[in-house]
Amino acid sequence: MKILVCITHVPDTTSKIQFTDNDTKFDKSGVQFIIGPYDDYALARAVELKDALGASLTVLNVGEADTEPTLRKALAIGADDAIRVNAFPTDALFVARQIAAIAKENSYDLILMGRESIDFNGGMVHGMVGELLGMPSISPVMKLDVEGETVKMAREIEGGKEYLEAKLPLIAGCQEPIAEWKIPNMRGIMSARTKPLNVVEAVDSEVATDVTAFKLPPAKGSVKLVDKDNVEELVKLLKNEAKVL
Amino acid sequence: MSILVYIEHAEGSVKKTSLEAVSFGKALADKTSGGEVIALALGSISDEALAIAGTAGASKVMHVADGNLDAGVIQAHADAVAQVYKQVGANTLVLSKSSLGDAVAARLAVKLDAGLVSNVVDLPDTTGGYKVKRSIYTGKAFAETTVNKDHKILAVKKNAVDLLTNGPEATVEKVSLSIADENFAAKITSTDKAEGEILLPEADVVVSGGRGMKGPENWGMIEELAKELGAATGCSKPVSDIGWRPHHEHVGQTGVKVAPTLYLAVGISGAIQHLAGVNSSKYIVVINKDPEAPFFKAADYGIVGDAFEVLPKLIEAVKAIK
Ligand SMILES: Cc1cc2nc3c(=O)[nH]c(=O)nc-3n(C[C@H](O)[C@H](O)[C@H](O)COP(=O)(O)OP(=O)(O)OC[C@H]3O[C@@H](n4cnc5c(N)ncnc54)[C@H](O)[C@@H]3O)c2cc1C
Repeated sequence: MKILVCITHVPDTTSKIQFTDNDTKFDKSGVQFIIGPYDDYALARAVELKDALGASLTVLNVGEADTEPTLRKALAIGADDAIRVNAFPTDALFVARQIAAIAKENSYDLILMGRESIDFNGGMVHGMVGELLGMPSISPVMKLDVEGETVKMAREIEGGKEYLEAKLPLIAGCQEPIAEWKIPNMRGIMSARTKPLNVVEAVDSEVATDVTAFKLPPAKGSVKLVDKDNVEELVKLLKNEAKVL
Repeated sequence: MSILVYIEHAEGSVKKTSLEAVSFGKALADKTSGGEVIALALGSISDEALAIAGTAGASKVMHVADGNLDAGVIQAHADAVAQVYKQVGANTLVLSKSSLGDAVAARLAVKLDAGLVSNVVDLPDTTGGYKVKRSIYTGKAFAETTVNKDHKILAVKKNAVDLLTNGPEATVEKVSLSIADENFAAKITSTDKAEGEILLPEADVVVSGGRGMKGPENWGMIEELAKELGAATGCSKPVSDIGWRPHHEHVGQTGVKVAPTLYLAVGISGAIQHLAGVNSSKYIVVINKDPEAPFFKAADYGIVGDAFEVLPKLIEAVKAIK
């Protein structure tokens, strides 16, 4: 069995989000980049499946050279090899076309990724890849087991979950609690240095959407504190000032 | 030319977030002379329940009353929407962000060769080109996105426009489609869902508890306050990780992103990852015994105090104004 995990290279969740060049570019200064937290769940589950089923595990990122440390981290966590599609990930459809092209070439049985990236939050890439390849795409998946050719999944829906079954090959957008995040150990980090990381060029793809400007939300005013012995005052404020009750 | 709005329903009624999407479609049509606004519903639901889409701005509802579509099979829904979209000659598809809506929209972007924008927070600016404002970095910023395609799909965030309620009821037109078997390749075997509950992603008021609530046995107070406020209940990540509350209540960066008019947080410190899930709320109220808790910096109103003293008083005070 061949598993592909697609990972994003995104700012750490504690990063201060700022823009430069007249609000047209993300300001990377002082920002730590990580494997997207949802992708990290997908990767963790993939490593478990690899160990349990003796599968091969490839990780893929569409990004420029600065994303390689993130791919190396995924190798340290347990992937066998990595592919970087050398291109700036302009939009979801562009990324999906790159993934679909690689997947067509290598016929993976299972393609996992996070339910969404934490930079653009689109949550669309898995569905697009599914449509491009004519495979089922299930998201957000919180449990995934492989039994022979059948994949059993739980998918989160508003107010609960839905259980599904489908045959391989398929694509899943993952979230917790599908597996626990894995922290690379020393041996993993050492071996990651020599694992293959192949760089390939992007397939042509038009730009369906592009970001023309960024904007920060207006700063929040300061909090109005109400004394703990005067709780009625809070209710009055919510009713008369905020008008939400 | 027309605007098609994919609407979801649950427990016999159209979801409020879907009605908002209809109102978004209506506002878009008015702004851009976009033609007719047609709502599309899939699966079993009554005509009376569907007619309400008219009050939100639809001129008619198309209904594919096929029982095979009752369950939200992603591929089958995407196929059905694509067929109707082409039939009516639409050039824009609007839908509300949801677990099914997102999954369906993604496949449709490929099927319809459309430019897709998700997390849309406002009507497009069409003065030069087609620019859509969407929320990014989990609510910490916005991106103005230019769509370069003739066909557009807009997945709209809650509260992007005001819900219209004053339109005339819409007529319901039945459509029958043939959906190829391969679209049912993923089978839904069962569903485990709370009935009659106010759902977190759709709620106008949310009461959330954190580790400061000390244990699951103390959630009675959170639930009682939520009941008095007509609110959904939420929690922080550690609370669902430890299993005090079900996973679908977990709010934040890696959980549900909410956008209520009022978010009330009790015993939650306000870590940046939690705030990422609530920063689209209109008003935030924080109850925390630590005056230094970071949540106060993101709050509109706050009480520094012990939840176990403040909550019972708050419940009484809310009851008193009713
Ligand atoms: C990649 C990543 C993703 C994450 N995603 C999320 C996410 O999606 N959602 C999320 O919530 N967290 C997330 N976290 C975790 C986050 O960093 C915090 O650890 C978490 O939000 C803390 O939860 P808490 O506020 O309930 O608990 P604590 O931080 O322990 O805070 C408890 C609070 O309760 C107060 N308190 C204690 N007793 C009382 C009392 N009697 N009365 C009133 N107040 C009291 C305390 O003063 C304190 O402020 C994520 C972390 C990482 C690294």
